[in-house]
Amino acid sequence: MPEKHLAEWRPDAWADVTDVVCPATFAKALAALEDLEKGQILEIRLNDGEAARNVPLSIKDEGHLVLKLSDNGDGTCTLLVRKLDD
Amino acid sequence: MVVDYAALKSGGFMRQKQKNNFSMRLKVVGGKLEASQLAAIAEVAEKYGHGYVHLTSRQGVEIPFIKPADMENVKAELLSAGVFTGVCGPRVRTVTACQGSAVCPSGCIDTYALAESISERYFGRELPHKFKFGVTGCRNNCLKAEENDLGVKGVYSVSWSRETCNLCGVCAKVCREGAVSVTEDTLVVDETLCNHCGRCAKACPSDAWSGQPAYLLSFGGMFGNRIASGRQILPPLTDTAALFRAADAALGFFDRHGKPGDRFLVAVERAGWDVFEKYIRAEVLHA
Repeated sequence: MPEKHLAEWRPDAWADVTDVVCPATFAKALAALEDLEKGQILEIRLNDGEAARNVPLSIKDEGHLVLKLSDNGDGTCTLLVRKLDD
Repeated sequence: MVVDYAALKSGGFMRQKQKNNFSMRLKVVGGKLEASQLAAIAEVAEKYGHGYVHLTSRQGVEIPFIKPADMENVKAELLSAGVFTGVCGPRVRTVTACQGSAVCPSGCIDTYALAESISERYFGRELPHKFKFGVTGCRNNCLKAEENDLGVKGVYSVSWSRETCNLCGVCAKVCREGAVSVTEDTLVVDETLCNHCGRCAKACPSDAWSGQPAYLLSFGGMFGNRIASGRQILPPLTDTAALFRAADAALGFFDRHGKPGDRFLVAVERAGWDVFEKYIRAEVLHA
């Protein structure tokens, strides 16, 4: 079932991948997810553009649930991901 | 010994600058070869050639420096490993493909399977001139569909349902065409901007978007002496049978309107794009 009403997500951890480029953006995000328990939420700060277009898709392919992608208005986006698979 | 160059060419033997030497073209479909086939090719190159192969611009393999006297042995040894000779000259050539949805996350269609089907149906068919098929799995177009006489591009025919959508915003961001925007309580989709890339459906975390694999065809491309990009004259086709109706019709049209030595595009231009388009649309969409 989809998770609705997304305003209340409380991230369990935070990662910044704005300092790297593809494919390291995805690799760094995955590495951050590894430290989480199943069901926990990771907040990822990533650059708008290529990273914002590609990382959510790759995260889904890895079996995790993307909850929200929002534009921060400063050239970066915030992606909330719930860890599903170990 | 009298050498029948036409027969050699149709069997994939390319005359070299070096007298009495031929570069032997092999049949490769979609750029895929088994390791066992590669091993047999390597052995033949060592034994009969100069110990190397040339990878062609269209995913083919050629073994240079084969002598006419060895050709039958070479063919037999390759055949025993499931390697067939290719073709040159005025006929349907190697069908090229990217790895497609079987391997690539971006792939919308199973390019390997489709390339095999196309090759099985048309490979080697005699025509007024060479005819190239290329199959690319998605809009990224790694296989350069429009360079081919008939190019196939994998896309998705997409639809969105409010029911399971949680308005996460991912589809709006992954859409490169700006066709999707998210408001407070719904999505707005501008279908005139949609290029059927399917990234919305691929990225959607809640299955609110669904995508059905479809084929976008381009006709009349070439990338040799003359360079032209193939034209899209049909909507995306979700039915593989429709794709083959289109290909059957295009090759039949080429046979009827092409003079020997005409590339497909030249035959279409002589008959008129309007005539060709009307014919193809009738064969494909109103069958």
